[in-house]
Amino acid sequence: MFESLTESLSGVFDKLTKRGILKEEDVTAALREVRIVLLEADVALPVVKDFVARIKARAVGREVLKSVAPGQQVVKIVNDEMVAMLGGEAEDLNLAAAPPAVILMVGLQGSGKTTTTAKIAKRLVERNKKTILMASLDVRRPAAQEQLKVLGEQIDVATLPVVAGQMPVDIAARAISAARLQGADIVLLDTAGRMHVDQGMMAEVAAIKAASNPVETLLVADSLTGQDAVNVARAFDQQVGVTGIILTRMDGDGRGGAALSMRAVTGKPIKLIGTGEKLDAIEIFHPSRIASRILGMGDVVSLVEKAAETIEQEDAERLAKKMQAGKFDLDDLRAQLRQMMKMGGMQGLLSMLPGVGKMKNQMAGAGLDDKALKRQEAIINSMTPKERRHAKILNASRKRRLAAGSGTTIQEVNRLLKMHKQMGSMMKRMKKMGSKGMLPPGAMPPGMGHLLPKK
Amino acid sequence: MADPEDAKKGWFSRLRDGLRRSKSNLSSGINEIFAKRRLDEAALQELEDLLISSDLGVATAGRVTERLRRAKFEKNISPDEVRGALAEEIEKVLEPVAQPLEIGTEHRPHIILMVGVNGTGKTTTIGKLAHQLKEQGRSVMLAAGDTFRAAAIEQLEIWGERAGVPVVRTKTGGDAAGLTFEAVDKARSAGVEVLIIDTAGRLQNRQELMDELAKIIRVIRKKDASAPHHIILVLDATTGQNALRQVEVFGELADITGLIMTKLDGTARGGVLVACAEKFGLPVHTIGVGESIEDLHAFEARAFAEAIAGTGNKSEAS
Repeated sequence: MFESLTESLSGVFDKLTKRGILKEEDVTAALREVRIVLLEADVALPVVKDFVARIKARAVGREVLKSVAPGQQVVKIVNDEMVAMLGGEAEDLNLAAAPPAVILMVGLQGSGKTTTTAKIAKRLVERNKKTILMASLDVRRPAAQEQLKVLGEQIDVATLPVVAGQMPVDIAARAISAARLQGADIVLLDTAGRMHVDQGMMAEVAAIKAASNPVETLLVADSLTGQDAVNVARAFDQQVGVTGIILTRMDGDGRGGAALSMRAVTGKPIKLIGTGEKLDAIEIFHPSRIASRILGMGDVVSLVEKAAETIEQEDAERLAKKMQAGKFDLDDLRAQLRQMMKMGGMQGLLSMLPGVGKMKNQMAGAGLDDKALKRQEAIINSMTPKERRHAKILNASRKRRLAAGSGTTIQEVNRLLKMHKQMGSMMKRMKKMGSKGMLPPGAMPPGMGHLLPKK
Repeated sequence: MADPEDAKKGWFSRLRDGLRRSKSNLSSGINEIFAKRRLDEAALQELEDLLISSDLGVATAGRVTERLRRAKFEKNISPDEVRGALAEEIEKVLEPVAQPLEIGTEHRPHIILMVGVNGTGKTTTIGKLAHQLKEQGRSVMLAAGDTFRAAAIEQLEIWGERAGVPVVRTKTGGDAAGLTFEAVDKARSAGVEVLIIDTAGRLQNRQELMDELAKIIRVIRKKDASAPHHIILVLDATTGQNALRQVEVFGELADITGLIMTKLDGTARGGVLVACAEKFGLPVHTIGVGESIEDLHAFEARAFAEAIAGTGNKSEAS
């Protein structure tokens, strides 16, 4: 489903960018498809309508239609508008309050409040060197208070001792005075999950807020949320008043349209995103990245960053030198294959690449999945050091030996060598283009498909 | 903890209450589109958008719209007619999948495995289901197979106490497959009729977690080749189109046999369930409409369709 959507969208953009002259109908047709893509990505309908209208106003304007590459211009406008809607700049938590600063966590059931509370605590301890006290005001879900206590032990952050039968507002007051006595900088208040239509429960959380005067009231929301995201965000913002949004489960394969909806109806920034089950899997939200994701353009920036984290500095420098010298031997290819596997294999990488749908099909066609990576490494492992440095000397009999040695076929050996050759020539081309650095966020890197082996 | 007011109401009225906002959203939308108006292209387009915005999915929305076009194009049509046609169409899709959870007596224990993404309500649903089965006079045992999330085991134990059924457990961080193995043995020697196994929440795109789930199923099959007799995917009604992905992947990797949808007491329409029914045809057994132990009800196509479309109270008998 997502693949085909991504394909259809890049198809729309392709059509646009190929045209020399754009008529208003072309833009209208393209925007109709953009609308479907957004709806399928779970962006709420009113938000979609508003968004499309704004793009149209800009796209049929004079600047676009008379520009050199009108199609490209439209794509850029879509991306720019989306980034603008998602909030432009990244925003971190606001901690500017006299200690103990209170952070209140609110949201629907099962959105991930308790886990997120612990993640934030860990982040604030490690990055901001703060002393934290966490308290669970969830007296409804069985063992919710126990859950926060256990998480606190795991990350070595204090939790408020549980007093059975105490009501949420009283627990909040006790947490704040305990924090004051202990000299804690920040109190994190985790609340029970509640439906936004449950008047009693919404009044309860509003009362908690009034009593605890938090510097941040964070709405924790599931990034997989559908059209209802607008209702949830609006209700919490109007009845409780939120200062920021945290999106959880961003490591899922959802498109995250809820982000756009929530930001648009509340105007409140998305501050952090949860990206995994481990307690350090929380990150600052970068609007441009989710914009690309919603549009199915992949997340090139995150990919580059992930690569930077995984790739050993020395290896990278060595490789860069070799590339500059126009040399890229099979040792380097092997190092790259290993890095790819380290970075989560094909599937992990693919999910971040632009034009995923197309690539996936090509990959399947080329038989290049995670197993293929391992087989390719095996082929290279079967080579002598000399063969790895000079691929040219690989004649038919050597290839036969390699196939037998690695348990593969001659065809596979040939395919690997071809891929190596293509990568080498691409690097030469990149060298010619000069070292302009990495691609801008959200941009479609030209000729991404060339990276792939062709049959 | 349960509101006594709530307990008095019938389940349908509670579902309807839960769906009221969304329903009024949709029906007032329909009113807006069709009040004193001919069914033209613009109106059809708006209707399609509206259906999509109820999380019904593009395919279903397109089909309903197309049906209306064929029947009523260029005719004057009242909002009631539109709603009627809409409810009918939704019911048609849901009818074949509305199948109660049949727990036969041929297997002892009858093994039910609960799976799903994090936070959809697996543990809570197990508590409610255990209570319901207990009320029907069945003997039930629970297995706290979520050994990952902090205090998930304690949470299930509390539900076990409330429902009055034993819970097999290990420690947090323990081996879920090992616990499952042990639970099947214990259920057998205790002679219970139904064993419900909880699992940790997992995103369907996390391969290693899906592998772990496959292992749990293999372990159960080692004990009883016919088991698990039900593998139920718990879906959150607030989830959007990703629910389709969840059903697809859990279906492929975990052989799910049916669905339960939770959190239908919000404004979420659960419209994606219609899309799921259309695409996968998996049985939908029950729906969760609240936090108290009674809040689990059989899934009824007619009631659900009417609640979404905002048509009459004809089937309000419970």
